[in-house]
Amino acid sequence: MALSDKDRIFTNLYGTQPWNLQAAKMRGDWDGTAGFIGKGRDWIIEEVKNSGLRGRGGAGFPTGMKWSFMPKQSDGRPAYLVVNADESEPGTCKDRDIIRHDPQKLIEGCLIAGFAMNAVAGYIYIRGEYYNEAMVLEAAIAEAYEAGLLGKNAAGSGYDFDLYVHRGAGAYICGEETALIESLEGKKGMPRLKPPFPAAVGLYGCPTTVNNVETIAVVPTILRRGAGWFAGFGRPKNAGTKVFCISGHVNKPCNVEAEMSIPLRELIDRYAGGVRGGWDNLLAVIPGGSSVPLLPKHICDDVLMDFDALREHRSGLGTAGVIVMDKSTDVVRAIARLAHFYKHESCGQCTPCREGTGWMKRVMDRMVRGEAEIEEIDVLEQVTRQVEGHTICALGDAAAWPIQGLIRHFRPEMERRILERQGRTVPLAAE
Amino acid sequence: MAKVTVDGIEVEVPNGASALQACEAAGKEIPRFCYHERLSVAGNCRMCLVEVEKAPKPVASCAYPVMDGMKIFTDTETVRKARRGVMEFLLINHPLDCPICDQGGECDLQDQAVAYGKSFSRYEEGKRAVKDKYVGPLIKTIMNRCIHCTRCVRFSQEVAGVPEMGATGRGEQMEIGTYVEKALSTELSGNLIDICPVGALTSRPYAFISRPWELSKIESVDVMDALGAPVRVDVRAGEVLRVLPRQNDEVNEEWLADRSRFAIDGLKRRRLDRPWVRRDGKLVAASWAEAFQAVAAGLKGKRLGAIAGDTCDAESLFALKQMLNALGSTSYDARQDGARLDASRPDFYLFNSGIAGIDDADALVIIGSNPRLESPVLNARIRRRWLAGGFRVGMIGPDAELTYAAERLGTGPQDIAAAASFLEGAERPMIILGRGALARPDGAAVLKAAWDLAASVNALREDWHGFNLLHHFGGQVGALDVGFVPGEGGHDVEGMLGGGVNALWLLAADEFDVARIPAGTFVVYQGHHGDRAAARADVILPGAAYTEKDGTYVNTEGRVQRGRLSTMPPGEAREDWRIIRAASQFLGVTLPFDTLDALRGEMAANHPALARLNAGPVRGCTDSAGPGGEGPLSGEPFVPAITNYWQVDPISRASAVMAECAATYVAPQPAIAAE
Repeated sequence: MALSDKDRIFTNLYGTQPWNLQAAKMRGDWDGTAGFIGKGRDWIIEEVKNSGLRGRGGAGFPTGMKWSFMPKQSDGRPAYLVVNADESEPGTCKDRDIIRHDPQKLIEGCLIAGFAMNAVAGYIYIRGEYYNEAMVLEAAIAEAYEAGLLGKNAAGSGYDFDLYVHRGAGAYICGEETALIESLEGKKGMPRLKPPFPAAVGLYGCPTTVNNVETIAVVPTILRRGAGWFAGFGRPKNAGTKVFCISGHVNKPCNVEAEMSIPLRELIDRYAGGVRGGWDNLLAVIPGGSSVPLLPKHICDDVLMDFDALREHRSGLGTAGVIVMDKSTDVVRAIARLAHFYKHESCGQCTPCREGTGWMKRVMDRMVRGEAEIEEIDVLEQVTRQVEGHTICALGDAAAWPIQGLIRHFRPEMERRILERQGRTVPLAAE
Repeated sequence: MAKVTVDGIEVEVPNGASALQACEAAGKEIPRFCYHERLSVAGNCRMCLVEVEKAPKPVASCAYPVMDGMKIFTDTETVRKARRGVMEFLLINHPLDCPICDQGGECDLQDQAVAYGKSFSRYEEGKRAVKDKYVGPLIKTIMNRCIHCTRCVRFSQEVAGVPEMGATGRGEQMEIGTYVEKALSTELSGNLIDICPVGALTSRPYAFISRPWELSKIESVDVMDALGAPVRVDVRAGEVLRVLPRQNDEVNEEWLADRSRFAIDGLKRRRLDRPWVRRDGKLVAASWAEAFQAVAAGLKGKRLGAIAGDTCDAESLFALKQMLNALGSTSYDARQDGARLDASRPDFYLFNSGIAGIDDADALVIIGSNPRLESPVLNARIRRRWLAGGFRVGMIGPDAELTYAAERLGTGPQDIAAAASFLEGAERPMIILGRGALARPDGAAVLKAAWDLAASVNALREDWHGFNLLHHFGGQVGALDVGFVPGEGGHDVEGMLGGGVNALWLLAADEFDVARIPAGTFVVYQGHHGDRAAARADVILPGAAYTEKDGTYVNTEGRVQRGRLSTMPPGEAREDWRIIRAASQFLGVTLPFDTLDALRGEMAANHPALARLNAGPVRGCTDSAGPGGEGPLSGEPFVPAITNYWQVDPISRASAVMAECAATYVAPQPAIAAE
C-alpha cells in the first residue's frame, strides 16, 4: 500500500545524488517542458485543476483555481509569480530539502507556473537562515540560465521568463503572502489588508500569485505523468503525494514523501521508525506544523493525514510538519513555547494579535508552573477566541489554535498543576 | 452606485466606498481608532469590525469595499463581542493614567471604553512600558499610551511629506518614533496631536494646563498666515490656552500650521497694556486722555501718513483710512514689506484659482515663493495633488525642500517668460507668485511678467483663473480690499520714510526698518506688542491682538471671514477701531460710527466684497488685461521671503515656544572664522 519509489516526485529528497542540472535531467526534470508550454496556459491550468493539487504551504487552497484568478488579459501591468520559500513554521523543513537537493524541480515549476499566469518574472523569497540553500538555488538558477532554460526563449518554448532569488531577513510573518510581498518590495514585513487580493493588486501593485515551493515543484511532474496519476493518490479532494516532516519523539525523524490520506500511525511507524518507546508511549501529535491544534493519542490512533480528515478533528494538515510528543513531554510547556514563538513573531500591526499573543504567552508561562486559578483557563480560552478571526492575517489564528487544542484535550493536566501548586489534591471522582 | 443594506436601512454609496462609509451614510456610528478620512486606510485597530452577510468572519469595515446588494450588520452579538475583545486588548497595555493625561475628556479610547470596555481587568500580568521619544519641541510623547494605530506615521508620510516617523520593532515590542530621536522636520507637527486618538502625542506647551471642559471655545479665524484657517480658540479665565483648527474643506481641510497653533504664548508676553507718551525723550505711562491729547498736539500742522501691519482687521484699517482722508491725507500704505502690489483690481492680488482649485490644476509654476514656509497647509494641499499624479511642478527662485519634486526652472525674474514651455499642454495651469517676489524694485514688472505668463499659457479663461498671489499674513488682503494703498497724491511706504510726511501713524507695523523713520517725525504707534516700532514711538496706543477683537479678515484667495473676540485685550488696551474712533474725536474729525455694526455697515457700503462672508473665490477670469508694470526686469535672483518660519511677526517673536522651535529647526548661522 505504501507509495512506491516510482511514484515519488522528489526522487532526490535525501540528496543521494547531486543537485546539479545534469543529474536533475537524469531524474527526468526539464523533459518536454517546451511541449507543455506549447499546449497553452489554459491546458496547464486545467491539468493542475484536474490533478486536485491543493496548496502545500498550509492553507490548502486549490492551486489551479488560484492560478485562474490571474487576469487573462493584461491591462498593461506585468504579472508576477512569487514563490514562498520563507519556510519558518516550526516542525517544517520540506522546502529546505527540495531546494538544496532538487532545485531544478522548483525552477522548472516556476517557468511553467509563470507561463500559466502570464508572469514576466518570478521571485523566490527564501528565508534568511537558509543561507546554504540560497547559494544552491542561485547556482542552480545560473545553471538553468546557462542552459537556456530561463531568460529569453526559456527552454526553447518561445516564452521569456526571468527568475530571481530574494533572501529574507528572518521573520516568520514574511511567510504570509502579503507580508512577503511587502518585504519583497523593501518594506517592513506586515500583512496587507485583503481584499484586494494579490491576484488583483500584488507585488508592486501588479497581479501576483504567491505559491509554496512544494506546490510549484510538483507541477512539472504532474504535467509529465498526467493529472489522473496525481489525483489517484489520497481521498477525493485531498489528492496527490505530499512531503511529510516527522520530528520529535520518533526513532527516525525524517522528511518523507507519502501519499495523502495515509493514516498517521502508519506514517510514523513505517517511515519514522515508530514512536519512541512504542505507540502506547504516545502522548500527542501536532499534525501540521506549530500552527494547528495538537491531537491526543486516541485521535492519532486512526486519523488520516489529509486536509479534511484533520479538519474533522478540529486540527489541520497545515504544512504537514508532524511533531510527535511521547509521554515524557511536558505538554503545557511545549504549547507555552509555541505561545512564546507567536508572541515573538507577531508583526505588531493589528491589535488582537499584538496584544493577545503577549497575554496568551504570559498566562501560558504561569500555567506551566501552575501559578494560576482554575478560572483562568477559561479566560485564556476566551482570549484565544478574541484573537482568532479578528486579525488581518492568519497569524492570530495560528497563535490561538495550539492553545485551544491544549485546553480542549489536556485541560485536566492544566487543572492538576494549578491545584497541586495550591497545595490541594485533585478531587477524586467519588467526592 | 451600490445599494447596501445596513441594519435593514438601505443606502446608496458610490462604488469603491468602504463598508464604514456605507454605515455612516446609514447613520450608524462605527467606532474606530486607526481610520482617518484624510489618511490611507491601515485597518489595524480592528475596532470597526462589522458583520457582512456570507462573510465567515467579522470584517474591518474601514477597509472592506462595498458590493451591490451587500448586507451589513453593525449591532449584532458577534460585532459587540468582537469590539469588546479589541477594546480589552487595547486596554491591557494602556496605562490607567487618565487622571493625569492631557487627552482626558477628548480621548477616543476613553469615549469608546465607555461603550465597549469593562469596568474591571482580566489581565493579571505586568503592563508594557515604553520609553518616551523625542519628536520635537511641540509634541510631548507618552509612548506607554500608544495604541499603534499608525495615524501619526501615515500623517507624516502622506500629508506632511516627511517620512521620518515609523515603527520599529515587532509585535508587542513595536514602538512608534522618529527612529533617531530627531525633531520632526515639518511645520505641521501640531496636527499629530489632533489625529492621535489617545494621549500618546499631546501638546508640549499645553501640558497639564487645562481640561477641555473648563475651556470656552470660541470660533475664530487664524491670521498667522494668509491661508486664513478657521480656528477654535480655547480660552479659560481670560487667557488663550490653545488654538485648534476647525474644518473647512475648501481652506484648511482640518489641518493647522504650527505657528498658528503654538505662537499663542506670545499673546501674553511683551504686551502693550497701557498708553505711553514720550516726554523729554523718555516714554512715560499715561492715561488714554493724556495720550490722545499728546496725539492731537503732536499731529497739529503735520503732514500725517499711516503704515499698517500685516495682521490688522479690515475694520481698523478702514477706520484709519477714513480718519486720514478726513484729515486730508492720502498717504497710507499697508505694504510695509514694499511689495509692488497692484490693488486696482482684486484678481491682481488674489489666489484666484482658490485653495481648493489646487485639486483641479494639472501643472504649477511657483515664482519667488516657498509655500512650505509661507503657508504650510496650502503646501500640503499641493503635495497631495502632486501625489495623485498627473501634476508637474516647476519653481523659479531659491532652492527649497517643498516635500514634492519641483523642477527648478530658474532663479530670477528673467526666467519667468520661459516657464511657458513648462506649462505647455496643461489643461488648467497654475502660477503661484509669492508676495516676496514683489518686494523688490522691479516688483511691478515681476507682477506683470507673471500675469503675462498666465495669459500666454491660456490660464486666464472664463472657466479657470490660473494666476495666484500667495500672501504671507491674514491681514494683508483685507488691507488691499479696503484700499489701504496711497490715494491721489499720497506717498507709499518708501515715500513716507523718504520724508514725504512728518508724522506717522503705525498700525501694528513692525516689519520695516524703523531706523529709516526720519528724525523729527512724530510717530504714533498703535499696536499690541512692544516690538521693533514701539520703541521709536512718541505716543503708544495699546491695541488688541487678533484674538482680542471682533474683526474681518480676508485670506489669500479673497475669502472674507470673521474673527471673534476670545479674550479682552490686556490692561488698558482696547480694540483698534475704538482707539481710532476716539482719536478722530480728539483730532476734530469724528468718524461717523459709534458701534462696530455701524462701522461694518459703512465699510460694506464702500467695499461690498467685505460683506460677503465665507464666500469662496469666483472662479474664472473675465478680463485678461494685465496690471501695469513698467520698467525692466532685473537679473537679481529671488531671495527667500521667509527664512525663519517660527519668528516672523510680533506675536511669534514674543513667543517662547517659537523661540525654542527656531533654536531647534533654523540652522544656526555658521560662525565666521575671523571673529
